[in-house]
Amino acid sequence: METLCLSQSKITKIHDICEGYNNDSAELINILHATQGTFGFLPAEVQEVIASRLDIPVSKVYGVVTFYSFFTMTPNGKYPISVCLGTACYVRGAEKVLEELERQLDIKVGETTNDGLFSLDCLRCVGACGLAPVISIAGKVYGRVSPDKVKKILSEYYYQE
Amino acid sequence: MNAVKTTADLTRIRESLCTSSDLFDTNENSGQVEIKVSMATCGIAAGAREVNTYLSEIIEREQIKASIIRTGCMGYCYAEPTIEVKIPGEEPIVFGHVNKSKIDDIVFCYIRKGILPDDITWMKTGTAKEEDLSSKQLHIALRNCGHIDPESIDEYIKVDGYQALGKVVTEMSPDEAIKIIMDSGLRGRGGGGFPTGLKWQITRKSQADQKYVVCNADEGDPGAFMDRSILEGDPHSIIEAMTINGYCTGASKGLVYIRAEYPLAIERLKIAMQQAREYGLLGENIFGTDFSFDIEIRYGAGAFVCGEETALIHSMEGKRGEATVKPPFPSESGFKGYPTNVNNVETYANIPLIIRKGAEWFSRIGTAKSKGTKVFALAGKVNKVGLVEVPMGTTLREVIFDIGGGIKDGKKFKAVQTGGPSGGCLTEKHLDLPIDYDNLLAAGSMMGSGGMIVMDEDDCMVAMAQFYLDFSVEESCGKCSPCRIGNKRLHEILQKITSGNGEEEDLEKLRNLAGVIKDTALCGLGQTSPNPVLSTMDNFYDEYIAHVNDKLCPAHQCRRLTQYFIDPEKCTGCTLCARACSVDAIKGERKAPHVIDPTLCVRCGACIEKCKFDAVYVH
Amino acid sequence: METVKVIIDRKELEVPKGTTILEAAKSIGIRIPTLCHMKLEDLNYENNPGSCRICVVEVEGRRNLAPACKTECTEGLVVKTYTSRVMNARRTVMELILSNHPFECLTCSKNGYCELQTIAHDLGIREVRYTGEQSVFPIDRSPSIVRNMNKCIMCRRCETMCNEIQTVGALTAVHRGFEAAVSTAFEKDMTGSTCSYCGQCVSICPVNALSGRNNQQEVLNALADPDKIVIVQTAPAVRAALGRDFGFEPGTLVTGKMVSALRYLGFDYVFDTDFAADLTIMEEGTELLHRLSDYLKGDKEVKIPLMTSCCPGWVSFVEQHYPDLSSHLSTAKSPQQMFGAIAKNYFAENLGVARDKIVVVSVMPCLAKKYEASRPEFAVDGNPDVDISIYTRELARLIRYANINFEELPDSDFDRPLGESTGAAIIFGTTGGVIEAACRTAYELYTGKRLEQIDIEELRGLEGIRSATIDFNGLPLKIGIAHGLGNARKLIEEVRNGTSPYHAIEIMACPGGCIGGGGQPFHKGNMKVLRKRASALYQADRDKTIRRSHENPYIIQLYKEYLGEPCGALSHKLLHTHYFDRKEIVGILDETKNEE
Ligand SMILES: Cc1cc2nc3c(=O)[nH]c(=O)nc-3n(C[C@H](O)[C@H](O)[C@H](O)COP(=O)(O)O)c2cc1C
Ligand code: SF4
Ligand code: SF4
Ligand code: SF4
Ligand code: SF4
Ligand code: SF4
Ligand code: SF4
Ligand code: SF4
Ligand code: SF4
Ligand code: FES
Ligand code: FES
Ligand code: FES
Repeated sequence: METLCLSQSKITKIHDICEGYNNDSAELINILHATQGTFGFLPAEVQEVIASRLDIPVSKVYGVVTFYSFFTMTPNGKYPISVCLGTACYVRGAEKVLEELERQLDIKVGETTNDGLFSLDCLRCVGACGLAPVISIAGKVYGRVSPDKVKKILSEYYYQE
Repeated sequence: MNAVKTTADLTRIRESLCTSSDLFDTNENSGQVEIKVSMATCGIAAGAREVNTYLSEIIEREQIKASIIRTGCMGYCYAEPTIEVKIPGEEPIVFGHVNKSKIDDIVFCYIRKGILPDDITWMKTGTAKEEDLSSKQLHIALRNCGHIDPESIDEYIKVDGYQALGKVVTEMSPDEAIKIIMDSGLRGRGGGGFPTGLKWQITRKSQADQKYVVCNADEGDPGAFMDRSILEGDPHSIIEAMTINGYCTGASKGLVYIRAEYPLAIERLKIAMQQAREYGLLGENIFGTDFSFDIEIRYGAGAFVCGEETALIHSMEGKRGEATVKPPFPSESGFKGYPTNVNNVETYANIPLIIRKGAEWFSRIGTAKSKGTKVFALAGKVNKVGLVEVPMGTTLREVIFDIGGGIKDGKKFKAVQTGGPSGGCLTEKHLDLPIDYDNLLAAGSMMGSGGMIVMDEDDCMVAMAQFYLDFSVEESCGKCSPCRIGNKRLHEILQKITSGNGEEEDLEKLRNLAGVIKDTALCGLGQTSPNPVLSTMDNFYDEYIAHVNDKLCPAHQCRRLTQYFIDPEKCTGCTLCARACSVDAIKGERKAPHVIDPTLCVRCGACIEKCKFDAVYVH
Repeated sequence: METVKVIIDRKELEVPKGTTILEAAKSIGIRIPTLCHMKLEDLNYENNPGSCRICVVEVEGRRNLAPACKTECTEGLVVKTYTSRVMNARRTVMELILSNHPFECLTCSKNGYCELQTIAHDLGIREVRYTGEQSVFPIDRSPSIVRNMNKCIMCRRCETMCNEIQTVGALTAVHRGFEAAVSTAFEKDMTGSTCSYCGQCVSICPVNALSGRNNQQEVLNALADPDKIVIVQTAPAVRAALGRDFGFEPGTLVTGKMVSALRYLGFDYVFDTDFAADLTIMEEGTELLHRLSDYLKGDKEVKIPLMTSCCPGWVSFVEQHYPDLSSHLSTAKSPQQMFGAIAKNYFAENLGVARDKIVVVSVMPCLAKKYEASRPEFAVDGNPDVDISIYTRELARLIRYANINFEELPDSDFDRPLGESTGAAIIFGTTGGVIEAACRTAYELYTGKRLEQIDIEELRGLEGIRSATIDFNGLPLKIGIAHGLGNARKLIEEVRNGTSPYHAIEIMACPGGCIGGGGQPFHKGNMKVLRKRASALYQADRDKTIRRSHENPYIIQLYKEYLGEPCGALSHKLLHTHYFDRKEIVGILDETKNEE
């Protein structure tokens, strides 16, 4: 069996998070949110630590992590991009925006650019349907996006670098 | 600190707040201009933060006596960012599409001189009040959204907030309060339309030493955003209603299950909970009675099925969000096996007003079997995309054309999808249908959570069905065979049809399969996921036939069935299209007619949008 | 009892409140097909997700069809189980399931025993109208279990078994929608999971998604190799179950026919694991007495209770979940491994051949034994003590393969010396048997008196957890027994808390013990079948003239000629083992080193 390793400080951090939820396995989803919020993603060893802390089989943790699309086991780009493919956005051309993003970044949905800056994902509705089509980059929501605006939006971030 | 121990305390606080600066009849005395900035997710995405900052600057600079209030969503999505300006003695005016230069105009023309500049989108508000039914809207659930600062409990108290709670816990028995809800005829706004009072009663009657009330704020229907707006704009009303619910059902604990995609709503809810606790409106001995109640937040993590109540409960228990067979219903055995009352955000938003104004008042609004109002998230190809709240019984035509301002770009109305992925497409012939739970169901759709997506002649109904199925396939929990495999097969057949490989027998297969999935799936997701297929087959069968027999997509949307051409007569050789084409499929000399290479063209449609001479066409 | 009246297919009947439509229908002879539903009363096992939807029926007044397995009868319910709407739905659902299932019946080891196949047949499926993308999973072959998730129908029986009954938690549902599957954490192979190889998931899987590892060909190869001496040993529980695959009544002992069949197959020596079971009692019984006497002397270090170690599923469970308590395990090897060690040493020396000329095949009720045989500490210079371990169903298949008409075979007897055994060894195959056998010997060795009441009834039965106190001449010896790992967990938790009242604990990973092993003919947890298997073993015990392990003449001879004394130096070398800490832990990284 391979040995997975984590630094003591990370383990302590995970323990603290679990402690904050009384090590209650019913709070698993909140705990995973908090942990992903801290580390950016949920690699296997992190799930192992959570499982042993909550005294549940690690398979259960993994079953939950893979059920919810919000959780990820691979690190995202520095600026994760989410394209809303909800209905309102779809009928207003979200697919074309997505294609343009794929073209500009030269990656497919679910991938991260080689420079690690951007990763691309889809989600269903951020609740800003009124501004459809909508994309969000690192938590910032952009409304009324059209394919020809994509380049300009991305350049904001390239500029920051 | 303002601790509320009795109803008298609440009244005292309210009165002291009202005299200092009244909210409704207002700033007459103070002479202050009141500016409200719509600061919900939608507004912020459109630039409300920048607007807010600029407004503060200019007011400071120009030394205008004005206060700026950050409110929730005003509902005019199409015009975001929006601000409302109320000059003492005048009707408030909402300005839309606000930016720096428009703010300048508003400040210098309107606020300074009282002149309404006509190159700015503006509308009168106050129109959604009960007295004025001519506006077609009636705001009950949205009553405070866009009017008060959601981060201030005082503002909520000023508009009679927590009065209903006080009344219930100090003057009524749980049964009396439940009776009001029952008599009001309120039905669940989360989709099912189950009578709310009855649900409360069942939970009340379930024997257990612990009970829970849950607010379902998962709002999974892509295209619906009323729950977010309510939570961002009026979080206290939900806290108040849940507490009333707790008192009525005998629960001491409330849980809000909210999707993680709503950070602002979460933040505002947390602030509101904290404030309520400080005021003693949450926690031990509410209003000095022996009733105690508190609320916790649980996050969703991106799974539509977790809106379904049994799946939601599993998710709150830290498990995979799989649905379970009902009965037992959550009201009998829910969270951790205890009786659990699950209600939707909008359902809750109605409660305080029903308690305050009475069952009779509420039941006068709406139709025979559907009382009150319903909030719709009007989106898609309408001019005035936004949140609308109308009395039950309003027709689709009124919503889409009168309130929504008709179809965008003067196109032809084709269909409206209500109920999201569980609903169906309604057509021209349904436009005069009074909207209520039963009518929509009879017409082959659903109320659902209130998403309303309008489609025009450019939308392909087969592709639309495929889109919804794609959603259901992705969101199925995978527990039961008809939904796990059946939806996948439905989707594959639709895919086959939209890519031009459909055969006539596929239509028969589609119908049978859709019927069986509805008939056999375990939970509401699978039981309704074939609706978009069935309703488009019922209403747009000719489009299916066109795809299958003629290998044509009448709306030119299905890429495999369309081809782009340039009319050499019309083309001026301006090269715009060629430059827009990302795959270099367009060849041609400057000033000479261009041609599209169909083997390279990926049918993205960019050229058609760029051509100013209408030379590009699809077939 | 409150009852309700219902009408099913126009028949009126009265059933207790809470009865499901499925049960009610069954009581009037209507068999509604089921796939996901499985209820094993005696085991307290219930898998009732209501998810396959093959059992749907029409209920008057209900909008959609109802799952019969999950819908309770209420007063006045009118049910139709056989209408065109129902049948079309069932057939369509079955076609959907089949549309994501490989059509490999002819080459599938479940062929003929497969529930999916049977229902498809009953529903008259002749064509699958719905086709499309199929799930593709790599096949996972562990030493014991093969997981072919391409055949999984997501009934989730295995998940329930592994989590709720065995409490191992190796299996879980992962992903969602069409991608949903049952897998291990991080979708590793079984070898990288916490699986104990008890095989209980295999024994209830309706299809061939979970199956035992097949080693038949290796046996055939060994038999065909003229340079090898091929020895077979058969575990006690096999003889009580093998007949099931040849149409014998449950619990028919087919020992004689089995021995004949093995000879016919070409084994050079047909021996009995029971011999090694007697040996185990000598070693384990002695170990118990040693620990007890130290304990009574007031030694605080001695690990009491002593826990049996003859079940490799249980041993794995301890190593993975309770490594801190592994010193409570008896160090005695399991009978399979004791047999292998004796065969490859004592017997090989007697024959005057090198150990690698001998191939030891064992026939076990068990999948964990395959894994056990492969553990490196049970090999000398890479040559394992037990070369190939096959399970009962594999033996049945080999018998068919070799054209043997099993039903008609005459009886014959095991070879000597390693074929002689006592009644005590035979009852090893059922829960409580090991400890009963150990008591018979330990009592007499400890007290020096004859045990009059040799059938120790207090230790028998099929309740999940049992306990008894045996009077050892004034010393009340407290004994705990559990079968099924979930029950075992309860006892071992007490040990961990220091609240365990016992001196000795017997644990078997499988329900009923080895009679319910994962390699046995499918009993699907039917306790009636298990009871019959158990009583067959107790009968065989009674039929034996020698019923105490220490009276087995060949065992006495073995100690005299070769081993010396129980728990002596040579015994220790050959017959005892040690345990490992296999708990998955996350190591701590040295932060001074660069991590990312
Ligand atoms: C697939 C599915 C998704 C659902 N999503 C939601 C949702 O996002 N929000 C909601 O309030 N109700 C949702 N519901 C309905 C809930 O199951 C439940 O009926 C509702 O929350 C009850 O509250 P109400 O009676 O106040 O409507 C969903 C139902 C199904 C079957
Ligand atoms: S209908 Fe779909 S979402 Fe509901 S239980 Fe079945 S698989 Fe899960
Ligand atoms: S449709 Fe798109 S790919 Fe095709 S020619 Fe026009 S711009 Fe190029
Ligand atoms: S944009 Fe229109 S006019 Fe210009 S080259 Fe293209 S087709 Fe011709
Ligand atoms: S599992 Fe059953 S249905 Fe599937 S291939 Fe094997 S025998 Fe056939
Ligand atoms: S029944 Fe016929 S088709 Fe089937 S295996 Fe036998 S010979 Fe072949
Ligand atoms: S063999 Fe036993 S422990 Fe392993 S997965 Fe199956 S049930 Fe779980
Ligand atoms: S592996 Fe077998 S028992 Fe487990 S879910 Fe799949 S079909 Fe059912
Ligand atoms: S009880 Fe028997 S069959 Fe089951 S794992 Fe243990 S030794 Fe094997
Ligand atoms: S559909 Fe895109 S934000 Fe709602
Ligand atoms: S303006 Fe807020 S939702 Fe539309
Ligand atoms: S047996 Fe009833 S749903 Fe599977």
